[in-house]
Amino acid sequence: MGILNIITYIPLVGALLILFFVNRSNARLIRIVATATVGIDFLVSLYLWPNFNRAGTGDGLWQFRETYDWIPALGVKYDFGIDGISMLLILMTTFFGIIGVVSSYSAIQHREKEYYSLLLMLQTGMIGTFCALDFFLFYVFWEIMLVPMYFIIGIWGGSRRLYAAIKFFLYTLAGSVLMLLAILALFFFNSGGIEFLNIAGLGNEPSFSVLQFHEVGNLIPATLQFWIFIGFFLGFAIKVPMFPFHTWLPDAHVEAPTAGSIILAAVLLKMGTYGFVRFALPILPDATRQMIVPIAVLSIIGIIYGALVSLVQKDMKKLVAYSSVSHLGFVMLGMFALNPMGLRGSVIQMINHGISTGALFLLVGMIYERRHTRMIADYGGLAKQMPMYATLFLIAALSSMGLPALNGFIGEFAILLGTANSTAYGTITYAVFAAVGIVLGAAYLLWLYQRVFWGPLDNPANANLKDVNGRELGMMLALVALMVWIGIYPKPVFDVMEKPIDYIVEKVDPGYFDRQLITYPDAPAQQPIPNEVAEK
Amino acid sequence: MTWGDTLFLLPEIVLIIGACLLLIAPVTFRRGVGEARRGPSAVTAKWATLGVLGATTVTLFLASYLVQNLEQTPMFARMFALDAFSIFFKLLFLVTIALVVLLSDGFLRSSSYSAWEYYSLMAFALCGMMFMASGVHLASIYVGLELMSLSSYILAGYFKNEQKSTEAAMKYFILGSVSSAILLYGISLIYGVTGSLNLLDLSASMSTLVTNDVLVFGIMLLGAGLCFKIAAAPFHVWTPDVYEGAPTPVTAFLSTASKTAAFAIFARIFYVGMHHFQLDWQYVLAVVAALSMIVGNLAAVTQTNIKRLLAYSSIGHAGYVLLGIISISEMGLRGVLVYSVVYVFATLGVWAVVLMLATSGYAGEQISDFDGLHRRAPFWAFGMIVFLLSLGGIPPTAGFIGKYFLFASAVGAGFGWLAIIAVLMSAVSMFYYLRIVVAMYLRDGEMTNIVGKSGSLRLVAAVCLLVTLLFGILPSPLIQQVSVSSGWVAARIVAHGGK
Repeated sequence: MGILNIITYIPLVGALLILFFVNRSNARLIRIVATATVGIDFLVSLYLWPNFNRAGTGDGLWQFRETYDWIPALGVKYDFGIDGISMLLILMTTFFGIIGVVSSYSAIQHREKEYYSLLLMLQTGMIGTFCALDFFLFYVFWEIMLVPMYFIIGIWGGSRRLYAAIKFFLYTLAGSVLMLLAILALFFFNSGGIEFLNIAGLGNEPSFSVLQFHEVGNLIPATLQFWIFIGFFLGFAIKVPMFPFHTWLPDAHVEAPTAGSIILAAVLLKMGTYGFVRFALPILPDATRQMIVPIAVLSIIGIIYGALVSLVQKDMKKLVAYSSVSHLGFVMLGMFALNPMGLRGSVIQMINHGISTGALFLLVGMIYERRHTRMIADYGGLAKQMPMYATLFLIAALSSMGLPALNGFIGEFAILLGTANSTAYGTITYAVFAAVGIVLGAAYLLWLYQRVFWGPLDNPANANLKDVNGRELGMMLALVALMVWIGIYPKPVFDVMEKPIDYIVEKVDPGYFDRQLITYPDAPAQQPIPNEVAEK
Repeated sequence: MTWGDTLFLLPEIVLIIGACLLLIAPVTFRRGVGEARRGPSAVTAKWATLGVLGATTVTLFLASYLVQNLEQTPMFARMFALDAFSIFFKLLFLVTIALVVLLSDGFLRSSSYSAWEYYSLMAFALCGMMFMASGVHLASIYVGLELMSLSSYILAGYFKNEQKSTEAAMKYFILGSVSSAILLYGISLIYGVTGSLNLLDLSASMSTLVTNDVLVFGIMLLGAGLCFKIAAAPFHVWTPDVYEGAPTPVTAFLSTASKTAAFAIFARIFYVGMHHFQLDWQYVLAVVAALSMIVGNLAAVTQTNIKRLLAYSSIGHAGYVLLGIISISEMGLRGVLVYSVVYVFATLGVWAVVLMLATSGYAGEQISDFDGLHRRAPFWAFGMIVFLLSLGGIPPTAGFIGKYFLFASAVGAGFGWLAIIAVLMSAVSMFYYLRIVVAMYLRDGEMTNIVGKSGSLRLVAAVCLLVTLLFGILPSPLIQQVSVSSGWVAARIVAHGGK
């Protein structure tokens, strides 16, 4: 049992402990067990960071591999392994596991036993999804995640929780079952083929290995690639969510309890973008290049539309929810630039969005617990009453809108750079629209800030609001520390993802790096690479 | 045919004797005088029935031990085969009926109807199903099917003082007889063209035919009759009424045992006998499958009675199983077998929980009766979630493995459009399964509505829960067994140059 399995199943063990050994009336003990579980899980996951080989390429790209036979008759293996991208997302998941549990202490006041065990089960599902290198296994974890999240929204959510929970479940399920068909088509192509459609298979051993699919992806005929891509696209784009598949998101976010919103924003949405990076791009290079324009256009619509809708929201949580649509648009835009810069920006923006939006949801949750309203109109002048809260909110908002020296800037800058410079896009138009989106992002966040925190404190109900307490401050300081760290010194994060991204770019655009050597005709001729170096 | 061959029939012989004894026992062992004169109790009947089933299982193992080293598949007068395929289904039927007997226990004890006759009819139905599983000859299959159907007609009307129940039985009987007639007409046409009813001979003579309208017509009629038995649309209209009206344990029987028996003969007839004419029937069945999935799942969405809801969902499930038959591949055949198992256990589990709520008569059948179940019975509410997720095909339950096989076989056979309908409809199915989950977990019910504490119901639910989770997480043993069991039937296709 290797490190990845330990990280994956610690939360499950905690969940079972709570379910079977803790009395439901003992809420305090339940919270302690839950906190201890996520705390241990986070500490154990930190083991990955120093032990990860950042220079690994080829087979060395996939580290901490663990492979067992699971269903030999179908060629399904229990295959765990991570590259730099998965590692970052796993660390983010375990980190937000802590935030999720700690932020629920005061927010969840009934049925704690079920709540914390579901939260922990959800964490197992999420980590497993990021670890899986077998497509079947990935799908199993992917589906498992749905059930706890459904209950978290449905039981502890707001007034329209039933509607939101079912909408979330069905939307995601509809997307993922179509993805299952795409996986099946890949499986048949890799092994026996589909005789009926005159698609010859490669005759390999039946297998769902993602790495095997990475190898054979470029052999898939264009039409089949296109249909498989559509299946993947529906599965992942609904999860991202891309415009026009985003309608479940505001409902789910608004109705979910604070911790649910945080985890939804920080981790679950990343499942979609992770799916694109890990599966769609490297396995289906032709279809990916063919679909660049539609996806870029949808991303741009998402960016602008999400920002515009955010501008007119009256409910703070809804505003933050729609801002996610906008931010995830950036992630998709950077990804489909198909160059290292865009992809790096895209991956780091996944992390950034988790941190910034997670922080914003946390802050909105805090004020909601105090006042039981999220309407912007109910507030005003809070800066006088809650100076600390106002400061933290400002930092989170600035990070979200991409102020230099905070994390958001790094991601957005890299994405804009990659987009503008992308040979795949071949035009600067997308970058221009994205820049407009950044301006709008600043507009809705600053306007929100102005209405909530500035001006006179004229609503008497707000006169006695308490500022953040130690627990809330602790969570926020951890998030702010991450914002500043990535904003000022992002190199360690970029180092981790460098090789995996080079690998993906080479898969999706074979020969990309060779072409870079002859980009500038006027430049002095490249030094011939010595043979021994080239062979490495 | 020698006397030795009758050994292969031993399980059925034991079962028939047992069924007759169950019928005679209450008359023979009566005690008391006048009004107080009554036979042995329902509990004794339950144990006697379980004893008969146990004896049948033992002889089945004995017979299968005898045949496992034979080189040729043993056949009794070319009508009755004891191969791995039939042993697989017979075991499944035995377990299913044993669980249904346990489900019926409480209901029979609280009613005034004779338990002995009920169990005896169950045993006769089981005997018919076992003949169906072994049938390699359309006549023996038909006889088995009729034995099962006639017993089911009576069972459906077992609440003979309830109007709903007798109405259900009447509808079931009339429509069932018509469908049997259609089936028989189809068989007679097929016999007229090929001159044989043995599936192997049929296949051999069909391989020499290029096309034949009468034969195709016969196959269509045969298919229509079978579609009625598995409740596939558009031959499904009887299902909701019969499921709703019949006593709940009988509904459990109809929706599991009798349905899987029909799957078994459907698979065997079309895989072994008809695969040469697959191009003629494949598309027709594809349309039937698509219709079943769409009609069943969409109609289930609006139901408020759990029995009607499950009736419509079972129509959808018949559609999924048809995918495995249409694809005519080893994968598809395995899918039919795997799905039969996972479907039976998930469905029986649901029925067990439904019966826990049923205090009397038709109570406990509305979805609203599930309100707040998580507080009254947290463990069984959790079990219910697992069963519903399994029916919806969500991992890590067994239902996902079953659906995986069926959908994969459809994709592999090139029926991508059908697979798309299937996956979308299983997403729709989650919608109405979740309505029950919503009722159990997200609504508060009255605490007064106590869950029945019957031990046998809990046993059934626990067994089903265990199987559903076990095969979901570790499906390899089941898949291994299924691969062996489908081997004989699959080999017929290969031997005749099919896919």
